[in-house]
Amino acid sequence: MSSLGLYIPGGSPLHRMRAGTKLVLMLLAGAGSVLLDHPWQAAAAVAVALLGYAVARLSWRVALRQVRPLLWIVGFVAVFHTVVNGWERAVVFVGMIVSLVLLAGLVTLTTRTTDMVDAVVHGLRPLRRVGVHPERVGLLMALGIRSVPVVVGLAEEVRDAQRARGLTASPRAFAVPLIVRSLRHADALGDALVARGVDD
Amino acid sequence: MPLIDVRGVTHAYGDGQARRLVLRDVSVTLSEQRIGVIGANGSGKSTFVRLLNGLVLPAEGTVSVHGLDTRKHGREVRKRVGFCFTDPDAQIVMPTVAEDVAFGLRRRGLGKAEVAARVRATLDSYGLADHADHPAHLLSGGQKQLLALSSVLVTEPDVLVLDEPTTLLDLRNAAVVQRVVRDLPHQVVLVTHHLDLLDGFDRVLVFDEARLVYDGQPDAAVAFYRELMAREVLG
Repeated sequence: MSSLGLYIPGGSPLHRMRAGTKLVLMLLAGAGSVLLDHPWQAAAAVAVALLGYAVARLSWRVALRQVRPLLWIVGFVAVFHTVVNGWERAVVFVGMIVSLVLLAGLVTLTTRTTDMVDAVVHGLRPLRRVGVHPERVGLLMALGIRSVPVVVGLAEEVRDAQRARGLTASPRAFAVPLIVRSLRHADALGDALVARGVDD
Repeated sequence: MPLIDVRGVTHAYGDGQARRLVLRDVSVTLSEQRIGVIGANGSGKSTFVRLLNGLVLPAEGTVSVHGLDTRKHGREVRKRVGFCFTDPDAQIVMPTVAEDVAFGLRRRGLGKAEVAARVRATLDSYGLADHADHPAHLLSGGQKQLLALSSVLVTEPDVLVLDEPTTLLDLRNAAVVQRVVRDLPHQVVLVTHHLDLLDGFDRVLVFDEARLVYDGQPDAAVAFYRELMAREVLG
């Protein structure tokens, strides 16, 4: 969990690259991924993403941690396409998903959140004319990243409380307190943001 | 010291039958450097301190800091009055330690170099320099509370309001926070259930059932509060 999409300090060329450049390259990779058509191309895409981890001096374990949460989805996609479209298409789709997730992880692992937020705010400035508030979008993005470990922590506490009371796996007994506690956290976070001058 | 003036404040949450009075006709002027606020859960003490930086606007009455009314000059008041909450997790808004300390400064439009220098100095002061690039959620409870304090103090407020900052901490971490608060040059308003935190304070307010029921020296105020609680429990 600790290195899932969180900045790891370093001095590699990827760490030094501008956040905006990395985000644009990520977007281009996402758009270009639809052109993947052969298994060797998909394998090359994954290899390029892994090369990025080597350039950023990040271990293969960190790379693996980025895709581990997707194993179920990847497994389902692989089986589905193997049965319906054949193994070649399965390899293409799995390669596409894995390479994009690896690249997205690479961007967040080598970019400070504030730099990423600044890049997004800068990129959205032209949309101010149509009513978009770039600073608010940037803040939303930062809060989203910050809230992931908080909600994971709340979920673990709820699960522990369930076990302590001898409750078996009940989706309702898990979801209701988690939602209530997440909403309370959001409320408290709102107060903290006001106290820190965000709404002024 | 800044002058905090609370005049004829009454406040309630909810409407109709669900209306719950949380403060009733409170008037007090605070000019001391160390002010403690104690009372049972639901006595109104947290609402009282939330009035001081405009997080809560009074239904009746006025609150002013250095002559600035919280209703009319909320932004200015919040720049002067920093607020630290009980749960640091609800207060840390950025993913890493240094980014969270920089958050308030960046919003004030300071240049990158100045922000970096002030963040570095603040992290050094509170023993967090080695954790600058660490994810905030991996810090210990005490370190998180120190980070929350640092993120408020880096913006250089005149007054620091702390709402039960040690409630979620063990004795060691509570002692660290106590030492940091004791050494601050700021005016401090501290809400707490840990009565030993009030050692060396200048004045303590006791709240009970939405009223300010005692206002005086810490020893006398704590004795009054203990007796009040004993009376309520024993009947």
